[in-house]
Amino acid sequence: MSQPFILGAVAYDPKVVTIWEGFKEYFAQRGFAFDYVLYSNYEQQVLSHFDGQFHVAWNSPLAWIEAERLADKRGRKASAIAMRDSDRDLTGVIVTRRDGGIATLTDLKGKRVAIGAKDSPQATLIPLELIAMSGLAPGKDFEVISFNIGEGKHGDHIGGEREAAKALMANGADACCILDANRMLFAKEGTLPTAATQIVATTEPFDHCNFTVLDGAPQDRVDRFVQLLLAMSYTDPAVRPLLDMEGLKQWLPGRVSGYAALNRAVDRFRFLDRFLAA
Amino acid sequence: MRIDLEHLGLESGGDLLLRRAMRKLASGERLEVAGQHEELDLHLRAWCRTSGHRFDPASDPTRTLRGVITPATHFGKLPTERAGSASLAGVADRPLRHWGLAGRSAEVELGGPAFDFGLIDKMGLWTDDAGRLYARAAAAQWDPNEAIDWSVPIEHDEETEDAIVQVMTYLIENETAALLVPARFLGRIHPHFREVMQLLAIQSADEARHIEVFTRRALLKRAALGLSTVGGQASLKTLLDEPDFALASFLLSVMGEGSFLILLNFLHRYGPDPVTRSVARLAAQDEARHVAFGLAHLREHAASDSSLLARLAVAMQRRHSELAETAGLNERVFEALTVIGAGGFSPQEIGIGFNRVMQLQADMDSARRASLIRLGFSEADAQALSQLHTRNFM
Repeated sequence: MSQPFILGAVAYDPKVVTIWEGFKEYFAQRGFAFDYVLYSNYEQQVLSHFDGQFHVAWNSPLAWIEAERLADKRGRKASAIAMRDSDRDLTGVIVTRRDGGIATLTDLKGKRVAIGAKDSPQATLIPLELIAMSGLAPGKDFEVISFNIGEGKHGDHIGGEREAAKALMANGADACCILDANRMLFAKEGTLPTAATQIVATTEPFDHCNFTVLDGAPQDRVDRFVQLLLAMSYTDPAVRPLLDMEGLKQWLPGRVSGYAALNRAVDRFRFLDRFLAA
Repeated sequence: MRIDLEHLGLESGGDLLLRRAMRKLASGERLEVAGQHEELDLHLRAWCRTSGHRFDPASDPTRTLRGVITPATHFGKLPTERAGSASLAGVADRPLRHWGLAGRSAEVELGGPAFDFGLIDKMGLWTDDAGRLYARAAAAQWDPNEAIDWSVPIEHDEETEDAIVQVMTYLIENETAALLVPARFLGRIHPHFREVMQLLAIQSADEARHIEVFTRRALLKRAALGLSTVGGQASLKTLLDEPDFALASFLLSVMGEGSFLILLNFLHRYGPDPVTRSVARLAAQDEARHVAFGLAHLREHAASDSSLLARLAVAMQRRHSELAETAGLNERVFEALTVIGAGGFSPQEIGIGFNRVMQLQADMDSARRASLIRLGFSEADAQALSQLHTRNFM
């Protein structure tokens, strides 16, 4: 049996096992030996990637930046080889109550801003960067209320955003930071009614997860992996359940142009200093 | 094509209008979206991203046109197939497992889970008569509180009441078997055979009601039921242990309930009080339908499977062997039936009662032979097989 091409992924939910078992079978049916290892947090996954524990990482946007910067530091190179269609051009929004007297970002001075997990790009880092760009420093000019659910999983768990939205409605916060799609979802389910709340700011578009490889990865197998991913069709009944579970309709080639806002946030808040120093 | 959502957002149903409009697009056509909802840009961006559609925001300074949607290539093209057709002619010989719980003729999306139904062959399960029998059963449901006057006083002597309680005790455990056997197969039948599934469900509900009324009758004047015997339970256990639907159906519905029907008619005729006569009459109506279904699908099965009759015969012989060492119908039930048939305790009355129970058993034998002949057995075989039927009646 040929050596399998190994993926590293974070188990942010029990369904992760089902997802990658499904992919393993999909690849096996096409003669491509594939396996996976799971981590409980992205930091360990990134470090293990550099230790050569696996070939390709399914990285959150923050994990991508961790990998990219660690590669810089160690004289190596990280590349994003594929991503979901749903990973492109996300935006985050800052929502307030209509009766809260907050209409612009600068009105947040002295107020309470609810965020998701501390390491969530969409519900913490990128929106706090947006507020900071308006001249307000988190924790200094406004209070940050963190719903730190699933730290280490980079906001993959929706729980933190939901709690932030609930805090806004319960007057436990004056604003909350959530993903655009969750704004629509929470409005639909009544957690955050449009009639009672408003968007005061929207972040610039940013990209989410990607498959990351490091220099030295076996190129022929990397190419075959990407080729098989891009060939997955949503109209294929055998494939669609896998895509549905992973939240995409189509795999796309990787790109790294959508991580500027997160890079700025990481710089401003010196978010990865400890990780990179270790 | 252009659609104006006015003030409707996608969080309040606007996505329904978008999908409706997109279904009408010609190939390659795009959908222009206008609207006044203040968050419509966000909605369109997020919705398109998660749905796989392309969204190009408009640079309309009046903010009337908000953007253009290019539908995903998969939109409206997900493969589906029909789960047979709605008519009886559309009942599949072997419905596919991934049709799952979908009703006949439903358009089933492919890619769904394969259900682990154990009974998926039309032959052996199906009869075109199932729908009619189900409708009859549904129309004939009765409410024990309404259908039976429970307030009528019980005026017979205590010994006769003891006999009634003993017979009811026996009926209850038989009806429990008659509930559990179809219920166990019910969970394994492919729901494509909808009418059979419905019929077994209502059959189980019938038995649940019978258990209720027999229990209520038994406890009208007593605090506990009578004797449950080793032989009786051993006989019923062989029914529960039978894994084959056709064989279980034959042993339970045709042979067992067929005999039971005669017994219920006996109780209806000779029961000493109106409540006993009523519960027996009402239960007999239901049992007649159960026998009819068993006969109907087994006849169709036998017509297309020449080995079935031989297998039924073997099943009867096997069950007979298994029960050969048991005592059969317990003495107390036999005595209780004799007392009920007698209507008194004088030697003459008991003699009459005894003869009536003999006649009851002869009638059961005739009914079983008639059923066996209807299934296709010769008269000689029917006679021999009927003799092998459990002495416990069910």
